[in-house]
Amino acid sequence: MRSGLRRGLLGPQGVVTVLGTLALVLVIVIAPHVWGDAATTTSVADRLDGPSAAHPFGTDDLGRDVLARVLVAARLSVLLALGSTVIAVLGGVVLGVVATVLPRPLRRLVSALIDILLSFPWLLLALFFSVIWGANAIGAMLAVGFAGVPSIARLTYTLASSVADRDYVRAARIAGVGRAGVVVRHVIPNILPPLLVSTAAHASAALLSFAGLSFLGLGVQAPDFDWGRLLREGIARIYVNPMAALGPGIAIVLTGLVLNAIGSLTGETASRTPRRPAGRRARPAKRASAGERPEPAAVVEVEDLRVSFPDAEGRLVERVRGVGFSIRPGETVGIVGASGSGKSVTAMAVAGLLGAEAHVSAAAVRFQGIDMTSAPTAAERSRLGLELAVVFQDPLTSLNPSLTVGRQLTEVSEVHERVPRARARSRARQVLESVGIAEPHRRARQYPHQLSGGMRQRAMIGMGLMGRPRLVIADEPTTALDVTVQRQVLRVLHEARRRTGSAILFISHDIALVSGFCDRVLVMKDGEIVEELEAARLDEARHPYTRALIACVPHMTTDRSRPLPVIGDLAEPDRQDVAEEARA
Amino acid sequence: MTIPPTATTAASLDPKRVSRGDRPVLLRLPPRAAFVLRRIGRALVSLGVVVVATFLIVHLVPGDPVRAALGPSATAELVARTRAELGLDQPAFRQFLDYLSGLLRGDLGVSLRSHRPVAATLAERFPTTLVLACLSFLVSMLGAVPIGVATAVSAWGGRRRMVDAGLSWLLGALIAIPNFLLAVGLIALFGITLKAFPVAGWGGAAEAVLPVAALAVGPMAYLARIVHVEMLTVLGTPYMKTARSKRLPARLLYLRHALPNMITAALTTGGLVLTGLVAGTVLIEAVFVIPGLGSTIVSSITAKDYPMIQGVVLVYAVLVLGLNLLIDLVLATLDPRSSIMEG
Repeated sequence: MRSGLRRGLLGPQGVVTVLGTLALVLVIVIAPHVWGDAATTTSVADRLDGPSAAHPFGTDDLGRDVLARVLVAARLSVLLALGSTVIAVLGGVVLGVVATVLPRPLRRLVSALIDILLSFPWLLLALFFSVIWGANAIGAMLAVGFAGVPSIARLTYTLASSVADRDYVRAARIAGVGRAGVVVRHVIPNILPPLLVSTAAHASAALLSFAGLSFLGLGVQAPDFDWGRLLREGIARIYVNPMAALGPGIAIVLTGLVLNAIGSLTGETASRTPRRPAGRRARPAKRASAGERPEPAAVVEVEDLRVSFPDAEGRLVERVRGVGFSIRPGETVGIVGASGSGKSVTAMAVAGLLGAEAHVSAAAVRFQGIDMTSAPTAAERSRLGLELAVVFQDPLTSLNPSLTVGRQLTEVSEVHERVPRARARSRARQVLESVGIAEPHRRARQYPHQLSGGMRQRAMIGMGLMGRPRLVIADEPTTALDVTVQRQVLRVLHEARRRTGSAILFISHDIALVSGFCDRVLVMKDGEIVEELEAARLDEARHPYTRALIACVPHMTTDRSRPLPVIGDLAEPDRQDVAEEARA
Repeated sequence: MTIPPTATTAASLDPKRVSRGDRPVLLRLPPRAAFVLRRIGRALVSLGVVVVATFLIVHLVPGDPVRAALGPSATAELVARTRAELGLDQPAFRQFLDYLSGLLRGDLGVSLRSHRPVAATLAERFPTTLVLACLSFLVSMLGAVPIGVATAVSAWGGRRRMVDAGLSWLLGALIAIPNFLLAVGLIALFGITLKAFPVAGWGGAAEAVLPVAALAVGPMAYLARIVHVEMLTVLGTPYMKTARSKRLPARLLYLRHALPNMITAALTTGGLVLTGLVAGTVLIEAVFVIPGLGSTIVSSITAKDYPMIQGVVLVYAVLVLGLNLLIDLVLATLDPRSSIMEG
């Protein structure tokens, strides 16, 4: 905490804050002594002068120097704002703590009352209270202070309630400490730091509110003056001398900024989190493949694919290192590998869906002859929308919660094939039925959260079937589902492939699942393909990693008294792999 | 000795957890209807608190409110007569009943200063304030959503970091400047230096430009920041990846798929902003000399015209409560998951 404070103070923001605070305190202390006479001495000869060397902000209607008045007013303005803050914080803390200690029915009543008061803006509450305490400096200080009580009380109540639920407080209560004792000994010390932080922010708001009240003529009254009062006097003569109004305005804004900066500095040192530095960005090297013609025999062609992401320090880290493979029409290819092996990144590179932070380079990444490493043309976009479908891992988060299921299906046809809406709707119903969703009429009108998990994933597959899919990329499509639903989804995927002749790229960490579903399996580890083999000849795998993956799968004959084997490399996945998994 | 925080000890220690969830259900209603009823009930309770508070104004003022209102030069006879006119010679409970029945009839009493019915003055002044607040709200919403969406889209995925940082600094500065100070700056620049717009009065479109700008800029910057953050969150969701996988044009991607998912958050903040705008009109009306509720409440507080104060405070409070209710109902209609209805 202490070293955090020192670091905070030594940072550029900290230095500015400290200097601003010192300047403010200096003005508050010395201004009335130094400029007090200039601020109050009237001089009829100099009245209503514009800005000049002698009077940088000009003079008011009694010939008093406006700049001197602004500086002298700092003391009264800031002290009144701080007075209001003290009232708000004391009142709020007392009310909030009392509310936590009260028996339940009363507690709910007080909490409801705080909520009602909170629904009114601060200024309206301050106006209400200033009716009661009168239009003068002390009345306005009380009014602004009391208007701030509800928000501090709500904060205290929330903080105190959360502390009161913690185990050490429960333990204290079991040990026989009374409610009040618990509050004094355990709750208040724990909620103090966040309260102090919000006090500084509150002071800034109080300063502005007070200036507002004085400006309305409900705060400080002549012959005293604060910034709000000066603003009120200045705006009446804004045509003669705009600086008379702008001067106090600038003072209010600057002081508000200083108070806010104090708040955010204390807040930052109290909860210092490592900030992410801006990453250096290198242009992704794109090797154009203009000379080569795509083989028509392959749906997907990948050659020497490399994908890098910037890490926390902004350095590029390669996650996929020189991957190459191809997929024939109608073929089902599986990619297996542990978390962070680069399988999802590879699939997203094929789909052209990597985010802007990914740096892709490849000799070729082509889908149906379309170069997926560069931005597609309009015609290519249309083809991609119809011919390339993606099924993601979690169907709940992958479907848009604010659009009906039917709408999410029809839009591919409407956008890319210009099919009229009615036709697209009837096609969507057919597709939903074909993926095994009963009552497609009703389901199409529902939102994703009204469907079961398996149904959502089948709808997701159906979304891909609205076009003419040549490839379905299924990125762990069953991981988020339970085992019985997994089977249904796989069956639907299988059936879809049979009907449309589409190829499938199936990503999974489950080698048993992949080998049962796919024609061919690619095994990935640390961003490279370590082995490629026919699914039927999995037992001929030579790479030790593949063999280890297979060995992990329990069989009917596995000795259940012994622990399952564990892949040594997976025992300590390094942190970058985990980060990649989160990004992918 | 430490006690392991198992589920059973936690539940048995905390009375809240035991009784929560088995509250007796008197009436089974569809969730939407139940929510609307509950929300209206809450608004009515708040309204009750407000009515009591406005009634109490006269009684909470230290000293004799009638003497304070009429000034030291008023005769004792006049003070006594005014006291009787206001019903202050009655017992407190009787006064409250009279106040309530007056409210129900739309009778808010008579101004001590102008001797006109309070309700008539309010009816004149209220539309001005309402128009000012609503115009400013519209401007801030219409400005904030495109700004927030555009900046989020351009900054997504860590692009254009410098532009993004500069913009967020600018928005922060605009949020920090209070509206009445911004108004002074706008008057100095556009009213006096450029002479582009009138700096006082109310009526035509030209007169509305500066007040609405002064009121709308801060909330707009605040809302734009919320929209920006929400939009960045939405852009990172899996369903946006799904939408991109469909190769939809940018228009559909952002308007159909992203916008509806962040509009709830924008409107929730918008509700707070709207009530803040209502309060802001008080200061802005004072700066631009606009004859609305704000000028009325300020002059009646200065003159200690208590019936008028009670009337204006009541109207402001009803306006704020009504807007809060409206926003909640709109949110419940817009959001298909209606998370708001659980609260």
